[in-house]
Amino acid sequence: MNYINKEKLKQANKKAFTGILNILPILIGVLLLVSMITVLIPKSFYSNLFNGNIFSDLLTGSALGSVLSGNPVTAYILGDGFLKNGVSLVAVTAFIATWTTVGFVQLPAEALMLGKRFAIYRNISAFFISIVVAVVTLIVLKVL
Amino acid sequence: MKSKKKNGKWYFLLIVTVAYLVIYFVSENQFVVIFNFFTKLIIQILPVFLLVYVLMILVNYFADNATLKKYMGNESGINRWMIAIVTGILSMGPVYMWYPLMKDLQKKGVKNSFLVTFLYNRGIKLQWLPVLILYFGWKYSITLLIVMLIFSVPQGIITDKLIGYKT
Repeated sequence: MNYINKEKLKQANKKAFTGILNILPILIGVLLLVSMITVLIPKSFYSNLFNGNIFSDLLTGSALGSVLSGNPVTAYILGDGFLKNGVSLVAVTAFIATWTTVGFVQLPAEALMLGKRFAIYRNISAFFISIVVAVVTLIVLKVL
Repeated sequence: MKSKKKNGKWYFLLIVTVAYLVIYFVSENQFVVIFNFFTKLIIQILPVFLLVYVLMILVNYFADNATLKKYMGNESGINRWMIAIVTGILSMGPVYMWYPLMKDLQKKGVKNSFLVTFLYNRGIKLQWLPVLILYFGWKYSITLLIVMLIFSVPQGIITDKLIGYKT
């Protein structure tokens, strides 16, 4: 017990609590929105976006994940919804990977802080690497 | 500007709540179905949320910004890759919060490849891993995270080369 710095722990707890509190309205809003979308949007909507072709599904999943951004939990919930609506796992994986690694919304801020070339090339490479990640993940899962 | 941003999340919640009110008045049955779905989601998320809270305390206790900056900026060789990966996984909050620190590291000579790898590993959200497992299972979640972790290194190298091709 002597090893624990009480003041540091208090600060860590305060930071964590503030962090949780900050994301709470967003998380509740997202969960409400996801519930609404899941119930109201017909299953055929996603079937139209993802046509079952592995290449176009991969691109659609990656593009959706790149454009839509936010908390990863939202991506997981949406991804699960996509799966239940018949979308392939490889497309969902690409969707999850790009959601968390590609940020077209943050692109201007990233370019401003780290350079235009850095931001553009990083996002483009993250987009394609995420597609590779999706394919490799599915191959590994099949082998396992 | 800051308060506008802070209020944004409340406006978002307000808009969604208004949408629910509209649904309630249009179709009460539909509202009940949606709300039951929402309640189910909340029950699923709640235990994970507690776990996330504990994880956030641990991360804030053991890995503050100064520590991350210290180790990511000074180590070399394979250690730097490891540090870029580990700090990327451990880093929390919105990505733009990390831009000033990254700019600082970039100025101090840290290679772009490590910064890119750091950013890709931010996609591996350890604190959200229980949620990923909840939805997709252990096997899928661990495989995805390991594959992402491995590919973050070639992404760093490739992007660094692309940035370097200056005309």
